Amino acid sequence: MKKLEVFDPAMCCSTGVCGVDVDPVLAQFAADLKWVEAHGVSVSRYNLGQEPQAFAANPSVVKEMEAGIDRLPVVVVDGHIVSTGMYPTREQLVQKLGIALTTEEKPRVRISAAGGCCDPKSGCC
Amino acid sequence: MALPQIETRYLFFTGKGGVGKTSLSCATGLALAEAGKRVLIVSTDPASNLDEVLGVPLGRAPTAVPDAPGLCALNIDPEAAAHAYRERMVAPYRGILPAAAIQSMEEQFSGACTVEIAAFDEFSKLLGDPTATADFDHVIFDTAPTGHTLRLLTLPSAWGEFISSSTGGASCLGPLAGLEKQKSLYAATVARLSSPAETTVILVSRPEAASLREAERTRGELAELGIHNQILAVNGLFAVAQSEDAIATAMSRRAAEALAQMPVALAGLSRCTIPFLPKGTVGLDALRLMAHPETAAPPPSEGMPSIPLPPGLAGLVDEMACTGHGVVMTMGKGGVGKTVVAAAIAVALAERGGKVVLSTTDPAAHVAATLDGAIPGLSVTRIDPRREVADYTAEVLAKAGKSLDSGALAMLEEDLRSPCTEEIAVFRAFARTVDEGKDGFVVLDTAPTGHTILLLDAAEAYHREVMRTQGDMPESVRQLLPRLRDPAYTHVLIVTLPEATPVHEAERLQGDLARAGIKPYAWVINQALLASGTTDPLLSQRGRYEVPFIRRVDDELAGRCALIPWLAEAPVGKAGLAQLIR
Repeated sequence: MKKLEVFDPAMCCSTGVCGVDVDPVLAQFAADLKWVEAHGVSVSRYNLGQEPQAFAANPSVVKEMEAGIDRLPVVVVDGHIVSTGMYPTREQLVQKLGIALTTEEKPRVRISAAGGCCDPKSGCC
Repeated sequence: MALPQIETRYLFFTGKGGVGKTSLSCATGLALAEAGKRVLIVSTDPASNLDEVLGVPLGRAPTAVPDAPGLCALNIDPEAAAHAYRERMVAPYRGILPAAAIQSMEEQFSGACTVEIAAFDEFSKLLGDPTATADFDHVIFDTAPTGHTLRLLTLPSAWGEFISSSTGGASCLGPLAGLEKQKSLYAATVARLSSPAETTVILVSRPEAASLREAERTRGELAELGIHNQILAVNGLFAVAQSEDAIATAMSRRAAEALAQMPVALAGLSRCTIPFLPKGTVGLDALRLMAHPETAAPPPSEGMPSIPLPPGLAGLVDEMACTGHGVVMTMGKGGVGKTVVAAAIAVALAERGGKVVLSTTDPAAHVAATLDGAIPGLSVTRIDPRREVADYTAEVLAKAGKSLDSGALAMLEEDLRSPCTEEIAVFRAFARTVDEGKDGFVVLDTAPTGHTILLLDAAEAYHREVMRTQGDMPESVRQLLPRLRDPAYTHVLIVTLPEATPVHEAERLQGDLARAGIKPYAWVINQALLASGTTDPLLSQRGRYEVPFIRRVDDELAGRCALIPWLAEAPVGKAGLAQLIR
């Protein structure tokens, strides 16, 4: 079973309602995580404000935070950081997790051959 | 009868800061104790002065009040509770997580929601578990949980799995991890609150229109939650049959009008009225006077004390007018006169040749409405919090609602009814308005709290680095924080009244602003009877009571300070407002 971990910045709420603007990305991402879970991926999500122990226990996440707090959110697949500073789209999650799609799901995504990690600043994410 | 008649074991006093909740709680508790009951008074108000009122240092355990057999009190500071909780969460990670991470964690625990829930947590320990207060016949709380907290806790979805699940949502409960363990305690608390045999809620109000409106809002909110055993306590009614003193006549007339025009449902509650007491309510003797006002000694006829007073507003206005543009904000708790002060400054700036936009959130808005178009150079806009919240709610639900299941949607909707949401919604309107002030003056009677401003700070960095493709943050919002921090662009005026609670609350506001890197330009003490020119003996006695509060603001709290007297003529329209600028 693939394991997806998300290390969120300290947020009031994961819906983003309490931010200064509605952030549709957050709500969409929450829904995408549910969808990913339904496809057999184990999902854990940690909020820096509420579950700091998860951050402290992960040296590579701490290292990212030392480079800049804006590296959060950090997304980790099976122990490897796959993105920093952004929430991946559903398509990107599919790609990074190697989820097999049913026929009716397929038209919604383009699966690229390249997988694994990419540099967040490269714009590939 | 001055004090409310009490049949139930539990009593809650509720109302905005400065209406006299603590005084009334103590007076009621003392009267019950003197009638032979064993009474516990509990304060969970962060700005509590229960110690001062009862004249005994209090802590988290019941302390007997000297010279009042049967009366005990305890003081829980929910901010301290929230702070203690924050420390438990954050301290173990100092030195392990980077400083920036620690800082952003701390800010999360400084929000209104954390304090609100922490307060409820403290209530529950006393209310949900009867053995905790078995030694007492009556337990009196000088604050009540807000409707928002109660609704949140009665939502079944709040207790569902998704407190910890990835869908999230329970933003206001989130800060208290392990909440599920408290479920039965909280349920007992809510049940006890809505049982008329066990609990009476006393809505405390001043005999003023705004204060009564607020009481009506609370009444409706509690009734909706099934809490119907409510009493209205009108505190501080000044009534003179006939007087040659203009101030006394005006004060008496305004109170009578406000009471005559109070909302019907509120007028339908059983009511008690406490007369105007000039000397404050500190100490047992003063509290006994609340129960038996007829025993008060006649006021001395020595007149107003003559002390050096802070100057009027004119000097500040002249100085601000020199800059030619920028933002003026009046800040302070409800009921201190932010709108009136903002309107008066706007008029004065326009008269000094400025191009001025006055923006108000005043629900009645009549102060501002009478000015629109009446003065060259001055225009009036209105931020309607209700409409802003409705727009914002609709926007969030449209953007986020469709991807959520019904449980998560219910939680999201409740989140949207939280105090944070109104603040955020008004904030967005605020940012829009501030932007209008590049070329002229913008005078606002509202402002975001320090917490919101800090959220903005974090959000700004976040958006700049991360969300650039979203482009959601308008330029006006991006520019806002640097502008608010720039003393040449923004003048913040803290408005307060010369009384204990308003001064205390204003002091906390100043601290909040300091956290956000904003320094107030000046303080304005509003409605000082001391400077009103009244010779009414009762009001003169009140004027003497104001002295230490005026001194404290002028000498210790404020960089600069202006004072506005209590005015016989209502400050409406151009001429009415001109009285404020002296």
